[in-house]
Amino acid sequence: MSQRCLVVVPALNEEDAVGAVISDVKAVDPQAHIVVVDDGSTDRTSDVAKAAGADVISLPFNIGVGGALRAGFRYARRFGYQVVVQVDGDGQHNPEHIPDLLAALEGADVVIGARFAGVGDYQVRGARKLAMQLLARSLSRRTGERLTDTTSGFRAFNRRAVEVFANDYPAEYLGDTVEALVIASRAGLRVTQVPVEMRPRTTGTPSHRSLKSTIYLGRVFLALAMSRIRR
Amino acid sequence: MGVHVLALVGGLVSLGFMVELLRRRQLKEKYAVLWMLVGLVMLVIAAWPPLLDDAAKATGVKSGPNLLLFVATLVLIVVCVHLSWEVSRLEDKSRALAEEVGLLRLEVEQGVRVPDAESRG
Repeated sequence: MSQRCLVVVPALNEEDAVGAVISDVKAVDPQAHIVVVDDGSTDRTSDVAKAAGADVISLPFNIGVGGALRAGFRYARRFGYQVVVQVDGDGQHNPEHIPDLLAALEGADVVIGARFAGVGDYQVRGARKLAMQLLARSLSRRTGERLTDTTSGFRAFNRRAVEVFANDYPAEYLGDTVEALVIASRAGLRVTQVPVEMRPRTTGTPSHRSLKSTIYLGRVFLALAMSRIRR
Repeated sequence: MGVHVLALVGGLVSLGFMVELLRRRQLKEKYAVLWMLVGLVMLVIAAWPPLLDDAAKATGVKSGPNLLLFVATLVLIVVCVHLSWEVSRLEDKSRALAEEVGLLRLEVEQGVRVPDAESRG
């Protein structure tokens, strides 16, 4: 892993999981510089992260994943990091795949760690599955690259992408994944994906239940429609 | 005639309220001007009711109150949309500030110096 690689970990109330995420990343690359962006947690997320040896950007109040990420991108830009890797703080992403993402950055500006690309047995059902397929198809067309998992928060960005996103990273729910890809393709960034294996969440419950997945589908439609007409 | 007295009193009260808010610096000038204009129009119509009917005739609307209702609704919608826009802008700004505060806090804790070449976005 390169010297100038920053691992950004957005975390909201993940005191039980974030420590393991940090030590796992360190196990893969002892040199990695890890920044946890604590998005207004009310628990000990930031203490745990500091104790585990990460730097912590503590946001004064909750501003959503998009804002947390943009803070990470700004940090990377300010201190001249060449590469940013985004790993969620809930322990879903297996840091062992980070070298795969970095390798794929050779031919792209944004690399998505995709959950349905043949590796692992991560599955979703019902309306949520439909929504994700819809997103994947639409964004594949947009980016000109076959993408199967556009909502994955396991990504790698090169310097060009960091520059773009440090200025403009969407805050809206779903926007942070969907619209970010639209912004990327508009800025002429190449987007690609590599298959990754997801781990079961170490703590907490998934943020979406079957009841909520219909609402999710509606928001996906809205996000897609918006991304189409946005300037 | 009772309606007109009511409108007159209403217009005067809202105008007075706006002036008072402005006097106490509780209201930005741009909003105060808007609401004072609305209050003034109310006052003028209340003081001279035939004006409303004349305006209705001129615009081809059947009755004065219809025109008043239409214009009032339109104004309120525009104001509401404007406020939503303003709130969205403020949210964006406070988000940017929150990000910046988080970054600065980390920099202060670590006592780091930011490379000079870096342009702040």
